[in-house]
Amino acid sequence: MRLLELEINGDRLHVAAPPHWTLLEVLRYELGLTGTKQGCDKGDCGACTVLVDGKPQLSCLMLGSAAQGHAITTIEGLLPAHRAQGGAGADPVQDAFDRCGALQCGFCQPGMMLSAKALLSENPTPTSTDIKHALSGNLCRCTGYTQILEAALLAATKTEEVL
Amino acid sequence: MKSFELARPTSLDEAIDLLPKGRGPAEIDDARPLAGGQDILTEMKDYLITPKRLVDLAGVAGLDAYQSAPDLVLGSLTRLARIAADPQIALHHRALSIAAESVASVQIRNQATLGGNLCQRPRCWYYRNESVPCIKKGGAECFAESGLNKYNAIFGGGPSYIVHPSDCATALVLLDATVTKRGPRGESRMPLEQFFTLPSEGSVVRENVLKANEILVQVEVPAPKPGWTSTYLKFKERESFDFAMSAVALSARIEGDTIAEARMVLGAVAPIPWRAGEAESFLAGKPNTHATWKEAAEIALAQAEPLEHNGYKVPLTKGLIQKALRELSGGESK
Ligand SMILES: Cc1cc2nc3c(=O)[nH]c(=O)nc-3n(C[C@H](O)[C@H](O)[C@H](O)COP(=O)(O)OP(=O)(O)OC[C@H]3O[C@@H](n4cnc5c(N)ncnc54)[C@H](O)[C@@H]3O)c2cc1C
Ligand code: FES
Ligand code: FES
Repeated sequence: MRLLELEINGDRLHVAAPPHWTLLEVLRYELGLTGTKQGCDKGDCGACTVLVDGKPQLSCLMLGSAAQGHAITTIEGLLPAHRAQGGAGADPVQDAFDRCGALQCGFCQPGMMLSAKALLSENPTPTSTDIKHALSGNLCRCTGYTQILEAALLAATKTEEVL
Repeated sequence: MKSFELARPTSLDEAIDLLPKGRGPAEIDDARPLAGGQDILTEMKDYLITPKRLVDLAGVAGLDAYQSAPDLVLGSLTRLARIAADPQIALHHRALSIAAESVASVQIRNQATLGGNLCQRPRCWYYRNESVPCIKKGGAECFAESGLNKYNAIFGGGPSYIVHPSDCATALVLLDATVTKRGPRGESRMPLEQFFTLPSEGSVVRENVLKANEILVQVEVPAPKPGWTSTYLKFKERESFDFAMSAVALSARIEGDTIAEARMVLGAVAPIPWRAGEAESFLAGKPNTHATWKEAAEIALAQAEPLEHNGYKVPLTKGLIQKALRELSGGESK
């Protein structure tokens, strides 16, 4: 076992985990943060996407120890961060995905929303092409992507005019 | 994944000391370097390798050099996302910029390092299948040679028919990059082109000259010579992200209606980035016309030896070569 000092969604945590555990395993099986999904576990699907210092990375291909010294944001962190900044309701990205019905089974959603969140933080007015590019590492086997694209556009404009 | 000891050295010499001293297959599995983990962790999850120790390079001083174009110095820990986002690299070393941006997904580029990209292991599905004892894993046979070889080599194959999976390798050989490596006996530099080894030349279980206790330190790329421009064209099976089925890295100096000089490296067609030397010589001084592009493509592929299922790589690569020449000519066919 190894004692890790992690910063997850603004909280400093000490957690013991075997050295070969990925950040994904630490999140799900030590911390109970099961919003981060374990899909392929090999880099292909993006379901395990988390933000590392604001940038999307794959928690399935990152050892727990590699997360030390970085601010990790999981899907559970979006709402509290939004509220802490004085926002009402849900985080705009989560809200837009909800309004657009951009999900079916929902498995890809946490990763998809975090990739969209990272894009919007860097580029608040993305084109459809920018969005497709930014979300191309997140696979969805249900929706056909159309509503996901709409949701990301809606989150960007925060109006419903794009629909 | 099997558990291992995670070593976190802070100096290169310490890191080298933690790596295997012997050269046998058993010793090599004693310890391996870990950079961004985007390849090695997938190998470990599939039990292709089960190292007793991972030597994490993240905290090692001296691997994070970064000097932007025109004279590039890229420490081996440089993230691919940083290379892809650097406007100076896009301006002076366009082929590298495009190649880095074409690797995998946004998430992977944020974590993957240049050193790891150059040292990544092959994607051949026989190699990647835990239960197949292929020649790349120390077995006797390359099952791709007479098996399902859609993604395998059309040049330089035998006794293994893998293709080198790295996009950056193809672009960096084009750009005449030099690599620095360090081992127990100190540091040495060599052209990147000589870093990669054919299965018939070097050890068939490795793709480059690195010994188990040597570390890739940095990559240097000279400023482009006046008038040269470059590009990288990658064909993949699906649009979102994928490895190349074929790729062409091309640079040229075009003077008026003439191709004064050109350099060409093909990717995903051989176990190493494949220099198309005869096509380069042919192009020098030729009129910049569609007929020239076509003939250069024929010459570049003349020696190809496709296997049963990868014959498509021949016309595909010819097409990419013509497209690349057209692009460097400003899109005009004369
Ligand atoms: C889903 C997926 C898609 C991908 N698509 C592409 C693609 O389209 N194009 C492409 O080029 N690649 C692709 N890759 C591969 C990926 O880009 C590389 O695996 C990545 O760049 C490796 O870098 P890393 O830092 O994560 O290396 P690691 O995984 O940490 O290391 C890779 C290998 O290199 C060795 N190594 C690392 N650094 C050094 C060093 N400094 N000195 C000596 N040895 C070292 C390690 O021991 C290991 O064997 C893909 C990978 C995945 C999972
Ligand atoms: S679970 Fe990490 S990419 Fe699929
Ligand atoms: S909603 Fe099912 S995978 Fe995207």
